[in-house]
Amino acid sequence: MAKVVAVTGNEACANALRQVNPDVCGIYPITPQTDMMQRFASYISDGKVDTESILVESEHSSMSACIGAAAAGGRVVTATSSQGLALMWEMLHIASGDRLPIVMPVVNRALSAPLNIHGDHSDAMGARDTGWIQIWSENAQESYDNVIQAFRIGEHMDIRLPVMVCLDGFIISHSIERMEYLEDQEVKDFVGPFRNFLPLLDLDKPKSYGPLILTDLYHEYKRAQHEIMTKVKDVVLNVAKDFEKLSGRKYGLFETYRLEDADIAIVILNSAAGTTKDVIDEFREKGIKAGLIKPRLFRPFPYEEMAEALKNTKAVCVMDRADSFGGYGPLFMEVSSALYPLGNRPLLTNKIYGLGGRDYLPSHAAQVLTELNQIAQSGKVSVLKEYIGVRE
Amino acid sequence: MKAKGWRDLPPGSVVLEGGSAVKFKTGSWRAFRPVWIEENCIQCLFCWIYCPDMAIKTKDGKRAEFDYDYCKGCGICALECPGKKGKKAIEMAEEGK
Repeated sequence: MAKVVAVTGNEACANALRQVNPDVCGIYPITPQTDMMQRFASYISDGKVDTESILVESEHSSMSACIGAAAAGGRVVTATSSQGLALMWEMLHIASGDRLPIVMPVVNRALSAPLNIHGDHSDAMGARDTGWIQIWSENAQESYDNVIQAFRIGEHMDIRLPVMVCLDGFIISHSIERMEYLEDQEVKDFVGPFRNFLPLLDLDKPKSYGPLILTDLYHEYKRAQHEIMTKVKDVVLNVAKDFEKLSGRKYGLFETYRLEDADIAIVILNSAAGTTKDVIDEFREKGIKAGLIKPRLFRPFPYEEMAEALKNTKAVCVMDRADSFGGYGPLFMEVSSALYPLGNRPLLTNKIYGLGGRDYLPSHAAQVLTELNQIAQSGKVSVLKEYIGVRE
Repeated sequence: MKAKGWRDLPPGSVVLEGGSAVKFKTGSWRAFRPVWIEENCIQCLFCWIYCPDMAIKTKDGKRAEFDYDYCKGCGICALECPGKKGKKAIEMAEEGK
């Protein structure tokens, strides 16, 4: 029986972790994630979970501790944001290369400099190539649901990879929303007991993690790692099916909104998708066929499915809350790669919005949709990439 | 032995056996080789304790020759060697000379 609550995104994720009751948690504070691990630390002190907490001196150490604990044979979690994720960078590759299914909520925040604590996607986009599975969440409910599903995905015996669950800093992490919690037992049954795979603490079968592998085999190991990523989509969809049976909430590789007959579409991640859907409704009322895609699984990226979903549109704007300076926004690069193999593909634009927590307003979505409508009619794109909501 | 293809590898590059370092002869990394001068050796076995690669062999509880298959030539043994009357029992000599 679901329990309806009014909670923040951080609180929802902390509660999901409590319900899962992991073996080990690496803990280091960083805004805006701090509140999540603080709440989880309270669950530990209050005896609500059996988790061993490791209080470390940096995020680099936090991820290192998680890697050690996961290789030893535990179900392991941590959480971070921004500079913390950046400091973890080299260890992120080790977690995935060693195939350790660590689950980590990432509360998305801008990167320095200039120093900024507010929400954008620069942190997780910088971790795009670390070999982690990335799942993105629009609101507190999706963050909670994705954290629970992340354990099943990462720990699947065919996968065994670490998973980041991304949610927008402050906009979601600190805003109170109505959502539904599953019962503790339901979560426990859904996630199931942790299954070990090559644990270091199996002393009868000694083994080594992290060996030196040079030109003779490194290339082969990376090829094998790529192969595992190709299996993730199916696992994500199967776990989502089971989760829908339990919760009634449906998840896929991405969410589409009024896209079936759409001429124009916006592709946008996380909380800003909610604002955009409202504006799409307004445009639909005016008779303009607008739709939306909100990616959920960003790594591995569902290229074929995305192309299939967008193939009948005339113009698409991919909106990025992160930039690759001197390049296009990271989401744009994925969507344009997805569409390139199509013979007939929509015209594309890329807008950079909301960096460092700059508000993304309905007027921004309206501006983009109005321009898309003109592009669809004229067949011409005047500016491919530009910043919106920026003062001139 | 045929080299393994990517489908044959254990997940996560985990080495599924203990003591496998013995198969990797790191002695080839050496630029300087330690030379044992037995007449200066007082059998303190400091070199045996300090060697990070277990490359000091012993026989009947006494120091024996270096194991040059695994000695990387780090020189710790030569540094720690107290020798006899100011004369070291281990000296480092450049390889190839």
